[in-house]
Amino acid sequence: MQHSSTQDTLVGLFVAAGIAGLFFLALQVSNLSSFTEQEGYTITARFENSGGLKVKSPVSAAGVKIGQVSAISFDPKTYESVVKMRINAQYNSIPDDTTASIFTAGLLGEQYVSLEPGGSSEYLKEDGKIEITQSAIILEKAIGQFLFKSAEEKK
Amino acid sequence: MMDFIQTLGRNTRSSFTKLGRATFFLVQTVIGIADILPRPRLLLNQLYSVGVLSFLIISISGLFVGMVLGLQGFYILSDFGAEETLGVMVAASLVRELGPVVSALLFAGRAGSALTAEIGLMKATEQLSGMEMMAVDPIKRIISPRFLAGFISMPLLAALFSAIGIIGGQIVGSGLLGVDDGAYWSQMQAKLDFQDDIINGVIKSLVFGFVTSWIALFEGYDAIPTSEGVSRATTRTVVTAAFSILGLDFVLTALMFGDD
Repeated sequence: MQHSSTQDTLVGLFVAAGIAGLFFLALQVSNLSSFTEQEGYTITARFENSGGLKVKSPVSAAGVKIGQVSAISFDPKTYESVVKMRINAQYNSIPDDTTASIFTAGLLGEQYVSLEPGGSSEYLKEDGKIEITQSAIILEKAIGQFLFKSAEEKK
Repeated sequence: MMDFIQTLGRNTRSSFTKLGRATFFLVQTVIGIADILPRPRLLLNQLYSVGVLSFLIISISGLFVGMVLGLQGFYILSDFGAEETLGVMVAASLVRELGPVVSALLFAGRAGSALTAEIGLMKATEQLSGMEMMAVDPIKRIISPRFLAGFISMPLLAALFSAIGIIGGQIVGSGLLGVDDGAYWSQMQAKLDFQDDIINGVIKSLVFGFVTSWIALFEGYDAIPTSEGVSRATTRTVVTAAFSILGLDFVLTALMFGDD
């Protein structure tokens, strides 16, 4: 057995290295540094079809992430998809006639909500609703329509 | 035929009694942890022999596992033009699976077998009985500090394994193969979740540390006190621990990552 104070130092170094490893994983590897439990407000948008949108999908405006999807549910009366989005508190000047569309990042990437601000001087607040929405583009549908159209043109 | 049924019955009964003894042993060990607090020196000595001495093998293995992941991942992902997601692949596989599992297997081989051999020899040379004669509870004095040390060391070692592995993947991926360094890290940060990935990995390694230390100490404590008995107990530790780790990993993965 080694001298006791050397041993203490080594144990100390080991524990410190282990904790440093955990911190490295938490801060450098995962998304903890941009943790999303910050101040914000929730807005709702109704889509005819929300496609592959998931909880935690990003919500962006002009390409910048300003919040994330917090819940998606189906409205059995209107047969629409109700998407709740949590917007970070610092972005509190989104006009209430903003358009929400669901886009896909790249051809096969994940889907996200894109907000295109309108011109109104009223801003969206907690529990605000976005009236103008554009559904997700379903690739299979688009391809089907294209094929159908080109077949008709040939006739 | 009768023989076979008899053997089956005997084996079933003996494995159940063993499980019972092991559970009883575990309860005593956990109760004994309370007695370590006034004597932190006992724990410190064990942290040294269980944790610090496993440090080197864990970090070197982590580095190589990460480097191999970087290399293999690059070749597969570059077929799809998705080299940028190399960081996600390396980090997710390390943090979720390989980090906790491989470091637990190494830990069972490096520290678990040593613990079993040590306790088994103490039993064979009647040191444990000697302690009892002096009214020192061997469970409190010998077993509990080792158990706690294993339980504490395991998540630290697994975190180190993953962290070093991710750096190893980065050395190979962006250093040798030319994946963009920024993409390696930013894709990783965007895709890995603190709650879902890191915390679940730590929970896994805590479970593995608990189970491995329990098996190693119990096998030593329960060993037949001869040289052959100790050698068998050491083998059993590694085999049982490896099975338990891999089996539990499946169960934990199914519970943690099942519904997303």
